Amino acid sequence: MPQSDWNWKLERRFPSDTTPGQDAIAMVLAQLDEAGWPSKDVYGIHLALEEALVNAIRHGNRSDPLKEVDLRCYLTDNRLRVEIKDEGPGFDPSKLPDPTSDEYLDRPNGRGVLLIRTFMSRVNYLGRGNVVVMEKDRSASSA
Amino acid sequence: MAVYRRIELTSFSGTSGDVTLVRFVDRKIIDATNIQELGDELFSLVEKEGRKLLVLNFTSVEFLSSAALNKLIILEKKVKAHSGKMRLCQLRPEIYEVFAITRLNQLFDIKGTEGEALTGL
Repeated sequence: MPQSDWNWKLERRFPSDTTPGQDAIAMVLAQLDEAGWPSKDVYGIHLALEEALVNAIRHGNRSDPLKEVDLRCYLTDNRLRVEIKDEGPGFDPSKLPDPTSDEYLDRPNGRGVLLIRTFMSRVNYLGRGNVVVMEKDRSASSA
Repeated sequence: MAVYRRIELTSFSGTSGDVTLVRFVDRKIIDATNIQELGDELFSLVEKEGRKLLVLNFTSVEFLSSAALNKLIILEKKVKAHSGKMRLCQLRPEIYEVFAITRLNQLFDIKGTEGEALTGL
């Protein structure tokens, strides 16, 4: 996404604490509302951002306050791009068990990545798996 | 009785025992500390107070994360381990969608209205 296409961007680096992440999420959601994005899109983006930040802090950085999370959001007229990087060892998303399989249905873990993939248009894990890049295309409806 | 901060309780006399109706105080169940507290309070209903029939009413809940779902899954196991029953009701469409995507709508007994959830307990 060339820099000239952005209408708005947010770049934040913060310690492994959910509070500054929540503040950043609130700013993204406010910007989407202001740009008139459909509420269904905003809901899905909210959920995906929450899950991705919790994953970065808890699973990536193991809640270590000395480790940081890098959050970058770029908004165009029709697309939101979010990049989240943690300082953890990373993971291989293809090796995650399917939380919807009968075997894992009652296990209390593994749903965050599924929800992110469902609600965002594109999701990729880069590097050693400690960087997630996710994009959401704006829906046509005004619902 | 214990004091709860994240849930509000009402008791009913059901056909097979006392039914506890649980409503959530938080509209958005996101914050890790609140979710931990919510889980502890819900587990306490079953493990400390011995309540076996639970109806969770989600009317006030606008948003919940997978960490909150995890607590509900653990609660369901605890209720079953105590030979109890648990039902969910009044889920908004976007909340129900999260249960459907994760297939948790098959794990939980989800009813439409509070009346339907209370029927037969």
